[in-house]
Amino acid sequence: MSTTTTATLAACALLATSGLATAECGIESGSVRILSNDFAALHAVADAAETCASDSVEVTRNQTEEHKNLQVPALSINPATYTVAIVATNSIVPLLNDDLIRPLDDLVAEHGQQLTDQQLIRVGGNVMAIAFMTNAQHLFYREDILEEHGIAVPTSYEEVFAAAETLREAGAMETPLAASYKPGWDLGAEFVNTYLGTGNDFFVPGSAELAIDNEDGLRTLETMKRMVDYMDADWATYDSNGQKPAWEAGDVALSIQWGSRAGAYIADDSPAPAIAEATAFAASPTIADNAIPAVAMWWDGFAIAKNISDEDAEASFIAMMEGISPGMMQENADAAVWLIDGYAPTPASEGVIANLQGGARPFPMLPYMGLLHTALGDNLSEYLQGGESAEQALADVTAAYTTAAREAGFLN
Amino acid sequence: MPHKTFLAFIWPSLLAMVLFIAVPIVSVAYQSLFIEHEQILITSENCGPFGCTSSVSVDRAAMARLAEEQPAGRYNGLGTYTNSSHLATDEIAGIVATSENFNEIRNRIMNLPFYKALVFTLTYTFVVTPLVIALGFAIAVVVNAIPQMLKGPVIFFSLLPMLVTPLVGSLVLFWMIDSRGIIGAGLQSLFGDPDLSLKASPTLTWITLFTYGVWHSAPFAFVVFYAGLQTVPTDTLESAMVDGASRWERVRFVVMPYLLPLASFIALMQLMDNFRIFEPIIGFSAAASATSLSYLIYNDLRAGNSPLFGSAAATSMLTIVGVVILLLPVLRRNWREFNRKI
Repeated sequence: MSTTTTATLAACALLATSGLATAECGIESGSVRILSNDFAALHAVADAAETCASDSVEVTRNQTEEHKNLQVPALSINPATYTVAIVATNSIVPLLNDDLIRPLDDLVAEHGQQLTDQQLIRVGGNVMAIAFMTNAQHLFYREDILEEHGIAVPTSYEEVFAAAETLREAGAMETPLAASYKPGWDLGAEFVNTYLGTGNDFFVPGSAELAIDNEDGLRTLETMKRMVDYMDADWATYDSNGQKPAWEAGDVALSIQWGSRAGAYIADDSPAPAIAEATAFAASPTIADNAIPAVAMWWDGFAIAKNISDEDAEASFIAMMEGISPGMMQENADAAVWLIDGYAPTPASEGVIANLQGGARPFPMLPYMGLLHTALGDNLSEYLQGGESAEQALADVTAAYTTAAREAGFLN
Repeated sequence: MPHKTFLAFIWPSLLAMVLFIAVPIVSVAYQSLFIEHEQILITSENCGPFGCTSSVSVDRAAMARLAEEQPAGRYNGLGTYTNSSHLATDEIAGIVATSENFNEIRNRIMNLPFYKALVFTLTYTFVVTPLVIALGFAIAVVVNAIPQMLKGPVIFFSLLPMLVTPLVGSLVLFWMIDSRGIIGAGLQSLFGDPDLSLKASPTLTWITLFTYGVWHSAPFAFVVFYAGLQTVPTDTLESAMVDGASRWERVRFVVMPYLLPLASFIALMQLMDNFRIFEPIIGFSAAASATSLSYLIYNDLRAGNSPLFGSAAATSMLTIVGVVILLLPVLRRNWREFNRKI
């Protein structure tokens, strides 16, 4: 028997078993209703969860970028519109704050044999969510251009600026850097990334009082301003969607971009194959003398609504176990950096894994972090445009955050 | 019309107005007086893929009890209206006390989010409204003068900017003015400046938004004026011609006075609409250089993890007050004319 035939037979056997497994996800009856963000990895998870649908089990999904605005009202009513909310480090916080998701300890003990300990998101001793992938921004670079100009892959922001200066002086590129500096969520996230790299904390420990008005805050702003000097004049309109065409047009040699987009940058069907070929990934740069990559690590996972029947909760948990099964991961290895047991890194995951190995810190899962994120996103662009001083920008952020935190009841 | 018949006709519409306009406004006004309960925080051990940390979270059980006692939150009076994100009374007092000259006072007040948004909103309103009226009138006069068979298609194309959804219209233009887009690249070669970008500087962004506003609203003024032009009495025009009035003089001394009430109607609608400018700021990604009152409301409701309802409600009420102040002169004028006719 030739090897091909053996392989085919093995594949058939595998398909048959997985077919059987599908028929018996193990759910007798119930309703599974998934709300999630809208990107490739989550499509794969929802597709796999949907295989549990049968005559007695209903599986539906709503995958939309508006999920963050839907989840709180949709889970507040009883019974909740969705049984499963796919959340991330920041979007689980409002669900926790409003007590809309249930502890999963019992379900994990009963149906979660496939889970590893690092997948369990514990808040105050209870498992509140199951993480299945991790994401972070990191450095994307053009191997060919750096090589041509004798530049080593930058590991710190100083080296990034030196590389940009070299490229500019050589006349290769006028604006070799790119990052998502669009005011609002994106710009706020860039500040959070860079500031985390200083090793400092955003708040006075144990309280909602802001603590970024210090040297590290100023250094963070200074670094961001220097980034802007090497970015396209339209930087204030660039989010992670806007960056990709500029990269594919060959205008950019170094960019800070989301790991979840790395796969698309090097995909075989890229509109610019030569550039895709030369695109490589590394950890986020470090800032000043600190050794950790200046970036926030994120996880994506799922939580189960509180206001649903126990039967639906169990059905939802089992369907999601199918959704994040190793089989799903094998088929979609390139779609994300999976936290699922048995994950083998792919080229697209190099940047995120380098961040992890470098000891990058997680995005703070604090109840008032969202308010700070908003205040940062709204108040930094004037400084970056040269309209005000760094001290004034930090003062504006502090004022906006303090007002919002008072209204939300976190500060007096 | 007898009052009874009038009432019989108007009550469904009145009922809808009360239900869908008046009641929500009252509820928003009520909401603006409240802020969230003081959050009861507990410190706990949180673990995830990146290790364990000791961090704070909200004590959910205690908060649920508070919410049951007082569902609307804590009463804050007008505190939200006067805080630094809105009228900023304390901040302004501080600025006036510590600044050296008028310029410094102005610059520092312009740095406060509410006033920054208000200045753009007002500038937009007062630049765009007159231009819309002028351009709409010009298009109407021109279209009225072209041969009958061309009128249909010309009217259709003139109306297009208004038919396009504002968000879609602004996104289309946003890509066209990109430095790789047809307009952006055209301007660059026209001015011989490869770095020219309409998106980069605050001034050019403002001008872009004004231009978009005029482009989008001019068809509305055009339609109204065009309809009005059909009713201009021909005998007056003819007698003006007999008196030797030129074409411009006929427009200036016959058509314009005749259409003046229409102009004040358009001004009324446009002042209201333009004061609520919102979509183009999103479509043009212009928030770095221009924010409006509506944008502030949107931001309060969307950007954080949990919406700031009180803050958004306060800005909404201030916007309503702003619209009323803007419309007062026009409304008074209409009222006086109405009284004169009786």
